[in-house]
Amino acid sequence: MTALLVTLFLPLLGALLLLFFKSENKGLIKNTALGISLLTFVVSVFLMLGFNSNNPGFQFIYEAVWISAFDAGFRIGLDGMSLLLVMLTTFITPIAILSSFDSIKKREKEYYVMVLILQFAMTGVFVSLDLFLFYIFWELILIPMYFIIGIWGGKDRLYATVKFFLFTVVGSLFMLIAVVWLGYYAGSEILNLSNGFTTNYLVIKELHDRIPVDLQEWMFLAFALSFLIKVPLFPLHTWLPDAHTEAPTPGSVILAGVLLKMGTYGLIRFNIEIFPVASMNYSGIISTLAVVGIIYGALVAMVQTDIKRLVAYSSVSHLGFVVLGIFAMTAEGFQGAIIQMVNHGLSTGMLFLCVGMLYERRHTRLISEYGGIAKVMPNFAVMFAIAMFASVGLPGLNGFIGEFLTLKGAFDSKILGSYWYTIFGATGVIFAAVYLLWMYQRVMFGTVDNPANKNLPDLTSKEWAMLVPIVIFIVWIGIYPNTFLKISDASTKQLVNKIEMIKFNKPAYELPEIKPADKNIKK
Amino acid sequence: MSHDLLLKISVVILFLPLLSFLIIVFNQKRLGKAAGIIGTSILGIDLVLAAIVAFNKFVVYPNEAIIQWKFHWFSLGNRTIDLGLGVDNLAAMMLIVVTLISFLVHLFSTEYMSEDKRFPRFFSYLGIFTFSMLGIVLANNLLNMYIFWELVGLSSYLLIGFWYEKDSASNASKKAFITNRVGDLGFFAGIMIAFFTFNTFMFDEIFSQIRSGVLPFESGTILTAMGILLFAGAIGKSAQFPLHVWLPDAMEGPTPVSALIHAATMVAAGVYLTAKIFPVFTADALTFVAYTGAFTAFMAATIGITQNDFKRVLAYSTVSQLGFMVMSLGVGAYTYGFFHLVTHAWFKACLFLASGSVIHAMHHAMHKLHDHHSDPQDIRNMGGLRKTMPKTYLTFLFATIAISGVPLTSGFLSKDGILAGTLAFGNLSGHWLIPAMAFISAGMTAFYMFRLTIVSFFGDFKTEIASKTHENNTQIVLPLVVLAILSLWVFYSFNPIDASSGWFAKAFKPVETVVPAEYQFDFMMPYHDAHATESTEVSHGSHSYLNKFEEELHHQHYTAMFLSLAIAGFGILLSFIFYYYKKVDPDKVANSIKPLYLLSYNKWYIDEIYQKTFIGGTILLTKLMFWIDTYIIDGAVNGVAFIWRIFGTFVGKFDNGVVDGLVNLSGGVVGFSGSIVRKLQTGRVQTYLLLSIIGVILLLWWLF
Repeated sequence: MTALLVTLFLPLLGALLLLFFKSENKGLIKNTALGISLLTFVVSVFLMLGFNSNNPGFQFIYEAVWISAFDAGFRIGLDGMSLLLVMLTTFITPIAILSSFDSIKKREKEYYVMVLILQFAMTGVFVSLDLFLFYIFWELILIPMYFIIGIWGGKDRLYATVKFFLFTVVGSLFMLIAVVWLGYYAGSEILNLSNGFTTNYLVIKELHDRIPVDLQEWMFLAFALSFLIKVPLFPLHTWLPDAHTEAPTPGSVILAGVLLKMGTYGLIRFNIEIFPVASMNYSGIISTLAVVGIIYGALVAMVQTDIKRLVAYSSVSHLGFVVLGIFAMTAEGFQGAIIQMVNHGLSTGMLFLCVGMLYERRHTRLISEYGGIAKVMPNFAVMFAIAMFASVGLPGLNGFIGEFLTLKGAFDSKILGSYWYTIFGATGVIFAAVYLLWMYQRVMFGTVDNPANKNLPDLTSKEWAMLVPIVIFIVWIGIYPNTFLKISDASTKQLVNKIEMIKFNKPAYELPEIKPADKNIKK
Repeated sequence: MSHDLLLKISVVILFLPLLSFLIIVFNQKRLGKAAGIIGTSILGIDLVLAAIVAFNKFVVYPNEAIIQWKFHWFSLGNRTIDLGLGVDNLAAMMLIVVTLISFLVHLFSTEYMSEDKRFPRFFSYLGIFTFSMLGIVLANNLLNMYIFWELVGLSSYLLIGFWYEKDSASNASKKAFITNRVGDLGFFAGIMIAFFTFNTFMFDEIFSQIRSGVLPFESGTILTAMGILLFAGAIGKSAQFPLHVWLPDAMEGPTPVSALIHAATMVAAGVYLTAKIFPVFTADALTFVAYTGAFTAFMAATIGITQNDFKRVLAYSTVSQLGFMVMSLGVGAYTYGFFHLVTHAWFKACLFLASGSVIHAMHHAMHKLHDHHSDPQDIRNMGGLRKTMPKTYLTFLFATIAISGVPLTSGFLSKDGILAGTLAFGNLSGHWLIPAMAFISAGMTAFYMFRLTIVSFFGDFKTEIASKTHENNTQIVLPLVVLAILSLWVFYSFNPIDASSGWFAKAFKPVETVVPAEYQFDFMMPYHDAHATESTEVSHGSHSYLNKFEEELHHQHYTAMFLSLAIAGFGILLSFIFYYYKKVDPDKVANSIKPLYLLSYNKWYIDEIYQKTFIGGTILLTKLMFWIDTYIIDGAVNGVAFIWRIFGTFVGKFDNGVVDGLVNLSGGVVGFSGSIVRKLQTGRVQTYLLLSIIGVILLLWWLF
């Protein structure tokens, strides 16, 4: 519990600390930010070690009274699914910070404050067990992200950041309506609480069978719109290529690595968990959009001339697999979706890092400006190839496990009830090979025709330090995914049980009794 | 040797080449030329171990179907995903094939690649390829197979694109990877159906479940579909029509790679997969496989006749021979399909390495003459090489004889069995087109292989370059000799005209189908159905057959032999008349049948057709999608923003000009409207929420 609080608040404290530094003291600011984020990662490792993966419920729960008028509490906790995403956040942030050292060259102090606040908010989203708290964190993300793109971004950064902001705010508005509605309905109509309102997630998630289906569907849609914009699901995706392209490298890394997962995480945590019946009713439509997104994103990625835009569209395609896995509502599907969220964070994050490294050297993102880079930067070529093949879904690397499980989950799904989702979704695997290999060929292979590319330096030790940790996890998940699948196993089974109970009146899995020791809730 | 030890050694065999990769890849600068020695020695050890395992499997445990080991990879829901490895007779034989050819190619490359600046990297790639290939060989389940299948695709990608500065090479590597992925999609779908139905990836468990009546979706049609989908993987990897287009282009890789990957081992993986899953093929699936193979054999042979690039002729010959193997499995001649895989591996590797030897020599000659424009691979620049490169010539000639199916060679034994199989199949099922295509292809094979030999090795030097060539040194010649010797009949059967009495046919007895009788050809159903589960057939001489097909195959043996001899002899004779005695001018013949000649020369225009349809279509589609994305989806977003901006400006003006003047009036309006709105105030939160939702929906409707 303490470890969770530290993981959550350490970045915020770090941000406050940075405010006391002089802006000219750039080295100190950079190193402090990096140190804080590394320390957070270390603390989060203790979370993982202390986590009991046999327990399907929430652990490290902490509750504090906050706004008693409408029973909004500071309630946080972790289950297997959120733990993996918290780990992803604490892992990606130091790497993003390290990549900022060279790419951010103005107003460094403000920048690192923003990044640490961003980390605080991202962690908050994944650990919130209160709808109101979740909403606060969800909206808090917008502020640092708005500035990171708007101040440190590329040429069209203002257009991109306003677009990003408006898209997200529109979605959040609907979510806010749904939160209020749900809080009222649960508090007054179902539980008859004295103040008539609650946003306690742990209470609300047990009420699903007492919310009428039509109400469930409205609230499902309101939540889903917000989350699906964030994912982003076709056709709500157009903010993403702009935001990715204009964001500075670390911004893209965090955006792809963590931010997009908040959407898919929200879908599991709120939509499926609180509105299971509505989720089943809408699974066909959303899965269809997911499959369309897989193919569509890949096709559009193929014609991009800008490497960053290409990778951005590849995200649209890859996240389609995640959404498909979620709405398959099987254990394989959920597990695949979660591991695929982590995978996408690693491999796409690494792709953005690689693109950033090219950008630092040449200050262009146009594919046509490159060619023959493998010759001048042989080590970089290897790293870029690993990121690419992880993204293509080559067995032995992480992407394969995620794609395999989500497709398999969709194939077996009794909720979806059709294997066409899998068949069409799987074609995305071919397209992924086409656009990534083609991009790689144009950038890395051939002769060095452009004189500007003749003397590019190969990887620096700082760049090695960013890439190697990611490669380790890419290979680890690819070869022995059990380490990670095991963590979210019990939690996903519990969720599947809930769905199977509604649909077939019997649970799919047997789960161990929860030991009382894990249930200590501090008031 | 205990099972346990045998499996442990197999694991070592699998991982040694990976070790070689790791050692070399992390020490490229330090090792330099030593990388070649390290790689070759490690493969030498691997070969010895492979021989030990194979010996034990064939001699100590000849009657055990498979010695295998399964382990738990990860669990999912209530299922566990298991991986494992196993040594059956197929795997034992393939271990030898892969490690021996890989060893010889390593040895060959120490000389062939010695002037390349990325010499160590080349050896590291060879290591990872061998590792992946051995992974396929030792897989006892579909998932392992698929994993290593893709890794083989990766290593092939790396090796074809080894000279990535050349656009043709990097294009070819990309084409190979993507074309294979298309086949792999089918393979993947087949695996999905299998795992969904049987809850396991293990071959033996899948077989026993089908045998006990478990069918995917309780349907024989889906079982057929599953078989064909799994076979789609083989269509990609073994370069069968319509996915064969990547293999000829793959010749852009260094020649030792062509020998190792694109002739002997990787492309055989598809055939190997087909053999492994042979029992699950239904009658329809078998027919599909047979036609695919027969058509591929025929089409590639017609193309091979007119090509002028030394390696391209060999490439099409490989496609054609792979077609033979696939066809053989399709018609049910399981033993001979695999037999041809093995014999072909030796002589085709020999042909490719010999072509490497020739190209190496041509290169050196060009270098000496300061010629940088001629094509060292064009057979029209060669001629007379018999005189300058006698050892290469002799081994090449012998391998040519073997591939043409002349008696006393291994190729004769295996091809004869395949042809007898097609005759038997034609006779029993009525599909006579298959033997027809098979025999014509066999004749064409003999013709174009002798054309290649005569044009490049016989006659006079056609260019100065050819006259300046020299025989290569031992590292290059030794592998040729070893491979040529292995193409003799005696290693497989003492009887030079009938393989069925040899050890090979005994070790690779036909396997029994597990498909229910109603979905299988009658002649494929085992005779002894009563005790069907365990070893079904006790072989007493040659008079006990597994099923009617085997019996018919035996009966067709002599017919097939005489026909194939006649047709091969005719092909060889024809090529001597055309190219050696020059009694007929091939150009004149080509002109008189111009459309056919062009069809063959342009490879049936298949690449062009794909370019116009699939590739062009995809490019068009991507452009359309991008247009939609930019102008429709994002256009809508920007349009909404635009409308809001206009609205904002309008409201601003309105505010300044009109509102101020009407402030007083508005007071009255507000009062009036308030009296109406008051009625809406029910005091219920639901009503407010409903109203706000309606408002937002109306707003959206109005906006869009």
